[in-house]
Amino acid sequence: MNLFKLVWIELWNKKTQLISSLMAIVIGIGVIVGIRTINVYSEKAVAVKLDNLGANILVLPQAASIDDYYTSDIDAPTIPMEYVEKILTSEIQGVDNLSPKLTRRIEIGGKKYVLTGIQPKNEMASKPLWQNTGFGKELQASCAPTTEANTSHGYEDEKLKRKGVDSLDYSECLLGTQAAKSLHLKVKDKLKIQGTELTVAKLLDETGTVDDDRIFVNLKAAQEILGIKDQISAIEIMGCCNAISDGLLGKLRNILPDTRITTIGQIVSTQIETNKMMKKTSIIFLIIILFVGSISIGNYMWANVNERKKEIGILRMIGCYKSEIYKILLLKACILGLIGGILGYALGTFAAYYMGPVFAQIEVAAIPLFLVWAVLISIGISITGSLLPAYFAARFEPFSNMQEE
Amino acid sequence: MNILHTENLSKIYHHKDGLVNALKNISLTAEKGSFVTITGPSGSGKTTLLLTLAGLIRPSSGSFSLMGKNLSCVSDSELALFRRENVGFIMQSFALIPYLTAIQNVKLPLALIKMNKAIQQSKAVEVLKTVGMGERMNHLPRELSAGQQQRVAIARALVNAPSIIFADEPTGNLDPKLSVEILDFLKAINQKNNITIVMVTHSPVAADYGNVRIHLDNGEINTMTNKN
Ligand SMILES: Nc1ncnc2c1ncn2[C@@H]1O[C@H](COP(=O)(O)OP(=O)(O)OP(=O)(O)O)[C@@H](O)[C@H]1O
Ligand SMILES: [Mg+2]
Repeated sequence: MNLFKLVWIELWNKKTQLISSLMAIVIGIGVIVGIRTINVYSEKAVAVKLDNLGANILVLPQAASIDDYYTSDIDAPTIPMEYVEKILTSEIQGVDNLSPKLTRRIEIGGKKYVLTGIQPKNEMASKPLWQNTGFGKELQASCAPTTEANTSHGYEDEKLKRKGVDSLDYSECLLGTQAAKSLHLKVKDKLKIQGTELTVAKLLDETGTVDDDRIFVNLKAAQEILGIKDQISAIEIMGCCNAISDGLLGKLRNILPDTRITTIGQIVSTQIETNKMMKKTSIIFLIIILFVGSISIGNYMWANVNERKKEIGILRMIGCYKSEIYKILLLKACILGLIGGILGYALGTFAAYYMGPVFAQIEVAAIPLFLVWAVLISIGISITGSLLPAYFAARFEPFSNMQEE
Repeated sequence: MNILHTENLSKIYHHKDGLVNALKNISLTAEKGSFVTITGPSGSGKTTLLLTLAGLIRPSSGSFSLMGKNLSCVSDSELALFRRENVGFIMQSFALIPYLTAIQNVKLPLALIKMNKAIQQSKAVEVLKTVGMGERMNHLPRELSAGQQQRVAIARALVNAPSIIFADEPTGNLDPKLSVEILDFLKAINQKNNITIVMVTHSPVAADYGNVRIHLDNGEINTMTNKN
């Protein structure tokens, strides 16, 4: 027998009371953990997206949907190839890099893949046209890598450049991780797509995006395989950030009137906004739960202390110090808090796991660090709520209150 | 040696309807090993006197000492420490913790002095056997008869080997046959273990067990007899 065991037996003895008193904390902590878990994964998803984006301006056909940057080009209608030239000949400043793409879903052996035709850098650079338009080294340098627009989205210009593919022959292809896996292909293997035989030149690193399902081929090869000559589904442009704020988008719209031109910012910003909102919501919930939780625990403790006046009197009678009565009640509060925190964390994580894919289109896993926070906050709430009742309980006269039964 | 000594002990309760002079200038002494009985009409201040002597209620004036230690003006925690080390209690309503089993209740005073678990166990078992409760150690109070509950309470009062036991109408809830059993047991430990007993009672039969008999009336000592 010791004080801890005494508290434990008492709590165990009143399970239903305990559970109902914990309801507020469990639900509150659950909501916070749930929102924060989805939040963290959503932020990660945005970061992955930004990290993998090869461009910061996207020229799409008018009818394309831009709900998701990553898939916006997949089933979009097409625009003519000559739009690329239009941009290049327009003398618009600040177009730093530019890559036309053609993307379609295809089926190989009954499985679905995304075929993306891209124009490798070496083909672009060979076009004399481009040198005139300032597409080159000087302009790259003029784009400060840490302009405000970029840093606010948490990425650097360096990363944007990374995705350029330097060379890709007509007969070669690059495979995303998932695509390579399901096609069972390695480097140098042959892949036949609708009569065209391609050699796997490289397997791409896993990105966690739809890129993993993609088969990248030379743009011309893609146009031929898909039978859409001289058409592309998107032009990715690396616009110099200063230029974007100077109205680069407007200028592009002027020369390409029947297209949809957006920046990463516009596409990802919805998600960034949602993330901000989730953060705010979780803070509001935290404040609410701090109050409601403490009051609810305080209420339970108050009732408990009154109900147990007699027992407290007995304990004082047989020689318990006031400080030990405090200890007993605060220990009880800690146990309540611990249980509340663990249950709340479990509830929140469980909810996030099931709701994440539904509401935020992201896969969510448990975040163990949140368990620590949930327990700490829950114990804090529980102790706060118990301080006053414990204070009064310790002041109960020993035994004399037993006469009042 | 006087184990119990009071001088002009008074207790005034401050009630919203006025002051209650529950004890008036009580002066008494009892030697170690006495069996003190306190009788008197209802409301005469018996419980108040017992609780004051036990250090559970603060006197309004006067002084009292137990085992030669003046406890009139020591701190609450000193009183608590004194109780856990030297005093046992037996109450009319048994004062057992309802969600603890018999043996857990008995272990409680030992837990307070942070006694090793194994020793707690063996001491509790031993004392429960002495009071004849060896078969019911894992029963909750509500699973025991009144007499059995009081025996558990006696076991709890005895387990820390107190010098003095305070009992407030320990047989008040028991039938005459059981009462005699309990009283005989108290007399036995009083004589065998030389434990001083201070017992409040209504019953003349119980009062007969005492060698120091105090009769209270309206907060004052009416008669005090010492049969030695
Ligand atoms: N907490 C209290 N506040 C105010 N008055 C009290 C309090 N406790 C007892 N009294 C009063 O003090 C007087 C003595 O009470 P006490 O309980 O000591 O009597 P008693 O002799 O034990 O009676 P009984 O035989 O009925 O148990 C009574 O008049 C009672 O009303
Ligand atoms: Mg009484």
